[in-house]
Amino acid sequence: MQKAHLQLSQLGISFPTPKGPFVALQNVNLDIGKGEFISLIGHSGCGKSTVLNLVAGLLQASSGGVILNQKEVNAPGPERAVVFQNHSLLPWLSVYQNVELAVKQVFRGQKSKTEMRDWIEHNLALVQMSHARDKRPAEISGGMKQRVGIARALAMQPQVLLMDEPFGALDALTRAHLQDSLMEIQARLNNTVIMITHDVDEAVLLSDRIVMMTNGPAATIGEILHIELPRPRNRIALADCPTYNHYRHAVLSFLYEKQRKVEVLPKAEPAKAPAVAQTQEKRA
Amino acid sequence: MSAIPTQWSRVQRYLPAQQQLQNWLKQSLLSAAGIAVFILLWQLLASQITTSLGSFPGPVQVAQQWSGLVAEHKAEKKREAAFYQRQQQRNAASLAANPDAVITVRPYNGRPTFFSQIFTSLYTVLTGFVLASLVAIPAGIVIGLSPRLYSAFNPLIQLFKPVSPLAWLPLVTILVSALYQSEQPLFARSFLVSVFTVTLCSLWPTLLNTIVGVSNISPDLQNVSRVLQLNWLTHVRRIVLPSAVPMIFTGLRLSLGIAWMVLIAAEMLAQNPGLGKFVWDEFQNGSSDSLSRICVAVLVIGLIGYALDRLMLQLQQRVNWDKSAQLR
Repeated sequence: MQKAHLQLSQLGISFPTPKGPFVALQNVNLDIGKGEFISLIGHSGCGKSTVLNLVAGLLQASSGGVILNQKEVNAPGPERAVVFQNHSLLPWLSVYQNVELAVKQVFRGQKSKTEMRDWIEHNLALVQMSHARDKRPAEISGGMKQRVGIARALAMQPQVLLMDEPFGALDALTRAHLQDSLMEIQARLNNTVIMITHDVDEAVLLSDRIVMMTNGPAATIGEILHIELPRPRNRIALADCPTYNHYRHAVLSFLYEKQRKVEVLPKAEPAKAPAVAQTQEKRA
Repeated sequence: MSAIPTQWSRVQRYLPAQQQLQNWLKQSLLSAAGIAVFILLWQLLASQITTSLGSFPGPVQVAQQWSGLVAEHKAEKKREAAFYQRQQQRNAASLAANPDAVITVRPYNGRPTFFSQIFTSLYTVLTGFVLASLVAIPAGIVIGLSPRLYSAFNPLIQLFKPVSPLAWLPLVTILVSALYQSEQPLFARSFLVSVFTVTLCSLWPTLLNTIVGVSNISPDLQNVSRVLQLNWLTHVRRIVLPSAVPMIFTGLRLSLGIAWMVLIAAEMLAQNPGLGKFVWDEFQNGSSDSLSRICVAVLVIGLIGYALDRLMLQLQQRVNWDKSAQLR
């Protein structure tokens, strides 16, 4: 196997609390090859977003580190572009200007004005948003906003594309549509992608490897599943494919049998704890 | 409470034109009815009250004084024009007699009329307000972006914010006369005293609202800025300022309202030229017309304050990126 493009090495983070440090994440080790599509899946609060934010440099690791191309990274930068869950477009800029802000910042002094314009247009075309280039985010649908968010990230020509539940807030049909678009773009550009998801189908359909995380606190990688389905993948054909269903089954059984989320609930959501106690009393 | 009218006016935009006209008519009629009731009550009550200067003026007397003030202003303008004409003729004559004659052009020193006092007040309040904004917005941005600076400055802001203009005035007067000593002053001292008093009292709402607007930028947008590695200036220009614009304008509108109120008080107390002085002079004058004239001034002060606020609203609608926002 080739030398890893992106390495997470002994990655861990803890947050100080009045009762001493709270270890959110520990011993995360993962080597990611160039062009690989990785999905992070796990229950809410297990630290998936924390892993992504550590890779993005938005959080600082307490132990271990992130190595990109043999160099440690611990600050944010456009070579690790992020597609945020809620699109995070600047509402006062048009679609074009939102991408332009990123392109101007990344390619300042490298591309001429016309080259930049062509590059912005190219990326908007890639996500099929050229028709809405002069619209403000408030004037387009949620799925369109997410497309623009992807275009903005791709326009940075990142070495790694980090996606934090990119389609989580979309309806099922729009989500399927965007997943297909993403697969097409991925086939063309061969980006290295880390994507967080809650959706088992999404993970199996898109990924080369699914990284399943254990429940926190002190969450870490539980299992890694290699998805060896041939590309291009077709969701309709795969619906009847036994291998596909086998992978789905493996992820589901990890999430709902091996890592059933029960005892963590009151801790993660202290506001709900008294309510639970009350109902128990009533039953008793 | 405010949610219902906001939604209502949103709904209104989609109503057919005829219905919109009907709604507008209804609104105007209600406003007119309110004003009519006020004038009626005013007329009824005014005639009941006898003051040391005769009976309290009703709407009719006040309207009469308004036209009296307009006539006075016109007469004064005529006198001014005549003065300059005489001066010019005199100078031309002396130049004709002796080409080397030294010509002096003297400014007209007539009594300021009601309308020139309005102009003085407007000019003063806008200068003070602009000065306050030029201090408050940049300071608010810098303080709002840094929690440490905020902790350092917050006590000072809270301390000075509630200080009355009447308390600042003596200090400002003394300071201006101590620090502003020039042979040929560019500005009158009284003007500077009014301006600085207005500035000191009106910068706080803008400052506080800018701080709040800047410190409440969505963390997602801040992350975008960090991933893009925007430098400080670009970050402020492209992310911070636009997201704080609605709050900044809320502050500016509050500030302008305060500036206008403070100015009238300061002019009255310090005898600085302007509408406040007009009111005070009429009060001291104590003629039978004085009360009516003060009533005219009160109404004009109110109208100008209202107009200034509408002007800021227009500006806000122009500058604000969120065109769907309901501003009122």
